[in-house]
Amino acid sequence: MSGLDATSPALGSTHSTTTVLLCGVGGQGTILAGDLLAITARKSGLSVKVSEVHGMAQRGGAVTTIVRFGTEVASPITDHGCVDCLVAFEAIEALRNLPYLASDGVLFVNDATIEPLSVLVGTTEMPTGIHAELAANGARMLDASAIAARLGNPKSVNVVLVGALSVALPFPTSDWEDAIANRVPPKTVEANLAAFKAGRMTVQETTASLG
Amino acid sequence: MADVLLQGNEAVAQGAWEAGCAVGVGYPGTPSTETLEAFAKLPDVYAEWAPNEKVALEVAAGVSLGGKRSLVTMKHVGLNVAADPLFSLANTGVTGGLVLLVADDPGIFSSQNEQDSRNYAAAARIPMLEPSDSAEARTMAMTAFDISDRFDIPVMIRSSVRISHTRTPVACGSRVEVGRKPYVKDAGKWVMMPANAQRRRVDADTREDALVAFAEKTDLNRIEMRDPSMGIICSGADYQHVREALPRASVLKLGVSWPLPPEKVRAFSGMVDALYVVEEAYPYFDLRVRAMGVDVSLPPTRPLPRNGELTPGIIAASFGIEAPAHRTSTQSIPARPPALCAGCPHRLVFAELRRVHALVTGDIGCYTLGAVPPLSALDSTVDMGASISMAHGVELAGGGDGHPVVAVIGDSTFAHSGITSLLGTVYNQGEGTVIILDNRTTAMTGQQGNPVNGITLQHRPSRELDLVRLVRALGVEDVSTIDPQNLKAVREGLKAAVADPRLSVIICRSPCRLLDRHREPALAVDQEVCTACGVCVSIGCPALGKSSDTGKAHINALQCIGCHQCAQECAFGAIIEPSTATEEGVSR
Repeated sequence: MSGLDATSPALGSTHSTTTVLLCGVGGQGTILAGDLLAITARKSGLSVKVSEVHGMAQRGGAVTTIVRFGTEVASPITDHGCVDCLVAFEAIEALRNLPYLASDGVLFVNDATIEPLSVLVGTTEMPTGIHAELAANGARMLDASAIAARLGNPKSVNVVLVGALSVALPFPTSDWEDAIANRVPPKTVEANLAAFKAGRMTVQETTASLG
Repeated sequence: MADVLLQGNEAVAQGAWEAGCAVGVGYPGTPSTETLEAFAKLPDVYAEWAPNEKVALEVAAGVSLGGKRSLVTMKHVGLNVAADPLFSLANTGVTGGLVLLVADDPGIFSSQNEQDSRNYAAAARIPMLEPSDSAEARTMAMTAFDISDRFDIPVMIRSSVRISHTRTPVACGSRVEVGRKPYVKDAGKWVMMPANAQRRRVDADTREDALVAFAEKTDLNRIEMRDPSMGIICSGADYQHVREALPRASVLKLGVSWPLPPEKVRAFSGMVDALYVVEEAYPYFDLRVRAMGVDVSLPPTRPLPRNGELTPGIIAASFGIEAPAHRTSTQSIPARPPALCAGCPHRLVFAELRRVHALVTGDIGCYTLGAVPPLSALDSTVDMGASISMAHGVELAGGGDGHPVVAVIGDSTFAHSGITSLLGTVYNQGEGTVIILDNRTTAMTGQQGNPVNGITLQHRPSRELDLVRLVRALGVEDVSTIDPQNLKAVREGLKAAVADPRLSVIICRSPCRLLDRHREPALAVDQEVCTACGVCVSIGCPALGKSSDTGKAHINALQCIGCHQCAQECAFGAIIEPSTATEEGVSR
C-alpha cells in the first residue's frame, strides 16, 4: 500500500499550512510546476501563495519556487525544517535545499545532475556521495529526464515531477489534469498530460514495490 | 473566494487600471518590471518604457500637468535616478493623480545595493503605501490615486521581492473611467522658481499635517489586538512573516509608511506590555517610533539582523522560538551562481578583455556576469552608466598601471545614462576604450524593448537608434562595429582600439540568445585531437566542460547551440560539427 497518500505527513497535522519547495537550475521549469500546484490547490478551495525569485538567478543559477497552501497562508516564504514536500529537479539542488525539509517531509528527486560552471571548468568537483546521502534521507528518486525523453518531450521534466508530487498531495487527479490543460500551451497539452501520468505512475509503482 | 492568482506587480497594475489610470511609464528593473508589462496589456491604456527612471517620472509629471492619471514603475536604485523630479514634484503636487511603484530588494537578490525606499518617502515628504500581499497591492494602488488627488501630491507604493514576485489571490474589479481634468494655467503651482517654490513649501507643511491626520484615521494602519503581552509594529512582507512566526502577537500593521501616525503608535504602545518593531534591512520605523518618545524593546533572545531579508524563522529565533530540527548535507556542494548563457554574445568579449589583462569598468546588466569565474573580467560595477565615467576617472588617476582601461556597457544601459557619461569623456578629452555590448535588448530583466532596438512596450511603430551616428555626433572619431561572435574580429578590434591614443568606441552587435532562439547543431570534441589545454573551457560556457580524468573537453549536446565560440578558441581544431570530418567545419 502506498505510504504517500492523503494521510501522509506532508499534510502535517501539526501545521495548517502545507509548504512545497520546488528547486532546480534556472530554465528547468520550476515556475510552471509551481503554477500547476497552485491552480490545483485552489480548485480545492484553499488559499495559496507562490513565491519565486526572478532576475539574475534565472541565468542558469540555482532557483527555488515556494508554494504554500491551506485555509489561510501568511508568509510566502519558508525556513529550514519547515518544508513538507521538497521536489528537486536536479540532485545537487536536492542536497543544497535539504536543510529546508521537515523531519517528516517528503523528498522527490529527479535522478539527474547538471554540473555547475565551477565543476565544468575544473575548479571544484562534484560531490561523490550524492545518491547515498539522498537515499539516507529517504529520497524518492525518479529519472524524470529519461521519462520525459522517452515520451518524446525532454522539456516536460517539470510536469513529470509534478506527477510524482501529486502522489503525496490529497488533490483529485482530475484537478491536476485540468490545471495542466488550462495552463500549458494548447499544442503541448497531450504531451504534458502524458508526462504527468508517467511521473505519477512511476512513484506509485516504486512505492508499491517498496511497501 | 478571490478570483485569480496575481503577482504583487500585476496587482498594482490591475489596481491602477481600475482607478482609471491612463498612462504607464517606467524603466525595467528587478523586481519591478512586470508591473508596467502587465499594465501595458490592459485595455484602454497607453504605456511606454522610458530610457531611464528620471525621464519616466518627468513624463508622468507631464501627464499629471495634462490632467490625466499616470503610473510610474521602477526598482529601488531607479528611484535614485528619478530623485530629482521626485523631490520637486512633492512641491508642485499634481493635477492628474500620479502613483509611483518602487520595488525594493532586501536580501539583494538582483541589485547592487539594499537601499530602503521608505527613506525617500520621508526625505521627499511623499506619502508611501506598503502592501502585504497582492490583494492589498491592488486596493492600495486604487487608494493611492485617491490620496494623490485628494492631497495634491504624488503617492509612492513600496513593494519588495516577496510582494512583487509572490502570486496570491486577488478579486479583480472593473475600471472606473476618470475624465481628464481641464487645462488651467497655474504657474504658481507648476513653475518652481523660488518665489513659487517658497509658497509651495509652506503648503507642503499644511499638507503634511493633513496627511498625518489621514494616517491616524485610515484603516490602512490597523491595530490587530491578540495577546497584549507583545505588540509588534511592521509592514509589507514583514507583516506576513510576523503572522507566521508569532501568530498570537498583537500587531500594528502600518499600510502607510510615511507619514506615520504618532497617536496610533502611542495608543498601540499603551495597549501592549512590550512594543517591538520588526523590519528588514533598515531601522526606518524603529528610529521614528523612538523619536516619538515611545519605548521600543529589543527582541528577548537576540536582535533582528541589520541586513538581509527576514523570514518567519529569523523572527521566531529572535523571540526565543527554537527552529525545528533539520538535516544538512555532509557533502561539499558546489555553488551555482548564474552564468552567461551558452552562445551569449558577451562571452568572447570578456575572454579577450581577460586575455589582454584590461582594467575593465563594468555596468548593470547580464554582462555583469563577466565578473564571475572563469572569465573574472570585471574590475567594477557600481551603477547605471558608471562604466564610462569611471573609466575616465581611472585615466585621471593615472591610468590602469600598464593595463588598458576599457569600459563595458550594454545597449539599454548606454541609452539609460551612458550617453551623458560618454559626452563627459569626449568633452574633457578623455582616452581609453568603450565597448557597447549591443545585444538588441534589455536582457537581464526579460528582453524588454529600448531606444536602441526601437521596440516599444505596446508594439507601436518606432525607430532604432543609430548608435554609430550618435557616438560620432558626440565627438568620438574612432568608432567601429564588430560581430562579437567572431573571435578574430573581437581580438583585432580590441587591439586596434587599445593602440589608438584617442577615445575609441567599439559597438559589439549580436542578439541575445534568449531573443534569437535559432540553434545550430551541437558541436562535439574530437577526443583524439583534444590536447586538454583547457583554453576552450576557460571561456566559461555552461555547455562545455572538462573531464575530471583526462582533462579533455566535452560538450553537452542538449545545452550547446552550435555558436562556435569554443571552436574558434581551439588552436587544434578539436571542436567539430559531429557530421563533418575532423579537419573541417571548425572555421567560421
